[in-house]
Amino acid sequence: MGAITLKVNGSTVTREVGPQTLLSEFIREELRLTGTHIGCDTAQCGACTVHVDGVAVKSCNMLAVQAAGKSLTTIEGLAAADGTLHPMQAAFRACHGLQCGFCTPGMVMSAVDLVKNHGVKSEAQVREALDGNLCRCTGYHNIVKAVMEGAKAMA
Amino acid sequence: MNARQGFVGQKVERREDARFLTGRGQYTDDITLPGQTYGVFVRSPHGHARIRKLDTKAAAAAPGVLGIFTGEHFKAVGGLPCGWLINSLDGKPMVEPKHPVLADGKVRYVGDRVALVVAETLEQAKAAAAMVDVDYEELPAVVDAAKAVGFKAAVHDEAPNNQCYHWGIGDKDGVDAAIKGAAHVTKLSFRNNRLIPNAIEPRAANASYDVNADSYTLYVANQNPHVERLLMCAFVLGIPEHKMRVVAPDVGGGFGSKIYLYGEETALVFASKQIKRPIKWTADRSEAFLSDAHGRDHVTTAELALDKDGRFLALRANTTANLGAYLSTFASCIPTILHATLLAGQYKTPKIWCEVTAVFTNTAPVDAYRGAGRPEATYLVERLVETAATEMKLDPAEIRRRNFITEFPYATPVGLTYDTGDYNATLKRAVELADVAGFGKRKAASEAKGLARGIGYACYIEACGIAPSSVAGALGARAGLFEAGEVRVHPTGKVTVFTGSHSHGQGHETTFAQVVADKLGIPMEDVDIQHGDTGKILFGMGTYGSRSIAVGGTAIVKALDKIITKGRKIAAHLMEAADSDVVFEGGQFKVAGTDKAVPFASVALTAYVPHNFPHDKLEPGLNENAFYDPSNFTFPAGSYICEVEVDKATGAVRIDRFTAVDDFGNVINPMIVEGQVHGGLVQGIGQALLEHGVYDDGSGQLLSGSYMDYAMPRADDMPSFQVETVKGTPCMHNPLGVKGCGEAGAIGSPPAVINAICNALGVKDVPMPATPHTVWKAARAAA
Repeated sequence: MGAITLKVNGSTVTREVGPQTLLSEFIREELRLTGTHIGCDTAQCGACTVHVDGVAVKSCNMLAVQAAGKSLTTIEGLAAADGTLHPMQAAFRACHGLQCGFCTPGMVMSAVDLVKNHGVKSEAQVREALDGNLCRCTGYHNIVKAVMEGAKAMA
Repeated sequence: MNARQGFVGQKVERREDARFLTGRGQYTDDITLPGQTYGVFVRSPHGHARIRKLDTKAAAAAPGVLGIFTGEHFKAVGGLPCGWLINSLDGKPMVEPKHPVLADGKVRYVGDRVALVVAETLEQAKAAAAMVDVDYEELPAVVDAAKAVGFKAAVHDEAPNNQCYHWGIGDKDGVDAAIKGAAHVTKLSFRNNRLIPNAIEPRAANASYDVNADSYTLYVANQNPHVERLLMCAFVLGIPEHKMRVVAPDVGGGFGSKIYLYGEETALVFASKQIKRPIKWTADRSEAFLSDAHGRDHVTTAELALDKDGRFLALRANTTANLGAYLSTFASCIPTILHATLLAGQYKTPKIWCEVTAVFTNTAPVDAYRGAGRPEATYLVERLVETAATEMKLDPAEIRRRNFITEFPYATPVGLTYDTGDYNATLKRAVELADVAGFGKRKAASEAKGLARGIGYACYIEACGIAPSSVAGALGARAGLFEAGEVRVHPTGKVTVFTGSHSHGQGHETTFAQVVADKLGIPMEDVDIQHGDTGKILFGMGTYGSRSIAVGGTAIVKALDKIITKGRKIAAHLMEAADSDVVFEGGQFKVAGTDKAVPFASVALTAYVPHNFPHDKLEPGLNENAFYDPSNFTFPAGSYICEVEVDKATGAVRIDRFTAVDDFGNVINPMIVEGQVHGGLVQGIGQALLEHGVYDDGSGQLLSGSYMDYAMPRADDMPSFQVETVKGTPCMHNPLGVKGCGEAGAIGSPPAVINAICNALGVKDVPMPATPHTVWKAARAAA
């Protein structure tokens, strides 16, 4: 065990972590931020996607100790302090881009990363960029719509 | 929002989204209880084996271990029950071998539960589980339904031939004679591929025992908490039902796989009393692949007999259905009651015969998965119809029009009576929307690029809103199939509604509130919908088979009717009018023909502060419940048209356009309904092009046991869809006129896709999933 210090949704946090603890487990079990979900064990589903230093990362694919000194944003940290939804969250709601909600946090975090770090160019590009996030409910149709609307709102 | 706008039929944004979008949903694994412990299951690595020795001593001594449970602990309790009895053609009941909570001397599929290890932490439980020493004597494993009967080893001693039942429905002799004399007979043999449900939230449970109250609480990712409780208490563990609370909180998708009572949560409940601490188990994805009930897996031969003008004379189907190693909760009724009874489709085929051989194999149990039997039936019918059209050189739309049922009610030769429908209307609209007229041009353009283009149709029907209990009972159901609802009006006129339906993505908290707000003429904000907790909800049969709005919604409407009836009496008293003169409109009780009125909230307040109240006629309070048992199924139907581009050199298929036109009767929230269709379409297209649950024939190993091996549909595999819900034909026998929309997409799309690929290649059949390799082989064979 060793202590790590990192920024979580804007606040500085110091915690003891084991050398084998995955970032996803750390977020859920240690920080009790249960909006980050775990849907697979092969880094395929993307439900655990968070931002590390502003870049989307599947948190099951990173050790907690690797997050030391970094800035972590989870789905809980995306909306404004007063509760106003991030434009991407609002777009998912307006476009019915979620059903059961389980893939949603990862999907939204990936979508925000896409818009911020790569830009939205076409529907085909959005579909390709969401390849690492599985959804079983929506058929992706409304997720793609939401990401394109969210991108406009973020511009 | 103004209460008088009318919410029903409007695109209302979902109220559940706020918590899901901000990470505040509460799924089972998110719940950690005081004194929480963790459970891990030891599972069979073999498809079929006898357990020679099971030694838990070393594991029990490992750090943090609190208890280890094996089949020995469950010898005295029942097996997991099957909820539907099917009788064979010879009159004998189906073979029902015990489905043990934990393996009892033998394992029958890879992933079969052998032991439960409980420890202080998940890491400790995993480490100890690896120390459980099991000595297996391997036995021959059979995984293919077509090879099960006559296989050298029996999955269960009770079924030496691996047959569970051999069942049939219809007029065998009439069909045989009609086929013999027909001008044309189209015959197809195919498999309906095994699918693995893959809700993105894996199954999970957290069981605890309260010593003081001698009662249990089970949080579980489940679609029907009351059914879960009833089955576990009454049939397996013998716990009195009133000593068990089952909570299905936010559930991350079900698609059928979370209907059933599984051994995992049953073992947890049992063990929680032994160790007197809550035990949490969450499946990892590998476990989900191995142990969730799978779907489909039929091997079928089917024939359609036609006269010289393409009119259907008879249909004959022979299906072998793989039920897996044990009978899951509703397994037996899927290939029979939910499959064979749908073989009339949208057509007036006068004679139908279907026989089904259901077999045990060394694979995960197979049960209902989105559509459940109806996709298999639709695939069978619509592949036959399209193939017949090709063989007889008839237009695929025209052959359907010639055979559509146009008069209702219509009694099919396989037991159902369709109340209403307009199949010509959905087909006409689909043909327009899909621009079938422009297909020739698009085909030429594709060919100019060196690509083949094909078009495929499917006109599906499904039976939803299951069911009239009396009919289900006569067909073998061991449960009632009603739904319950309760409307609790608070003194201020705010309303809490308790429904036995369960939402795991469907958006009931919104849709049901739309119905209630309209009916009572109050703002949606004044209505709260509660579900998923046997401690709160009076009863429920749960959500599956697209039954929630048709059955659960109607139960709520019936309770609302009682509220209004009582409210009218209270209002009549307040306004000194006769009960019969009081009407309820726009949230006001009014004396007809006068300007006297009392708002709903005042009546509510009077009911709870009954100073001026008709005590001689009424009890105080305003709280009503209702149970609704439908008089028939509902029959959603629609027409789907798929257009594909195929690269014959690589076998790659691209869906260029997909048009879905559905008749769901009345629609409460079109945004949610369209979303349901989109999701269903992708599951159906996934079946047609990508997904395949594959077991190794010799060892019984699941070869498609991870997202690296099982091709889940991803965003870039799918097109955008053209989805339209026609004004349609409202259901005749429920007050909302609704039919259900949850499964349509998954039912109609597989045959539309395969029909399109066959059309592109000019071949009679391409097996599902039509992967590039499969399509390439079919193209080569046709060249």
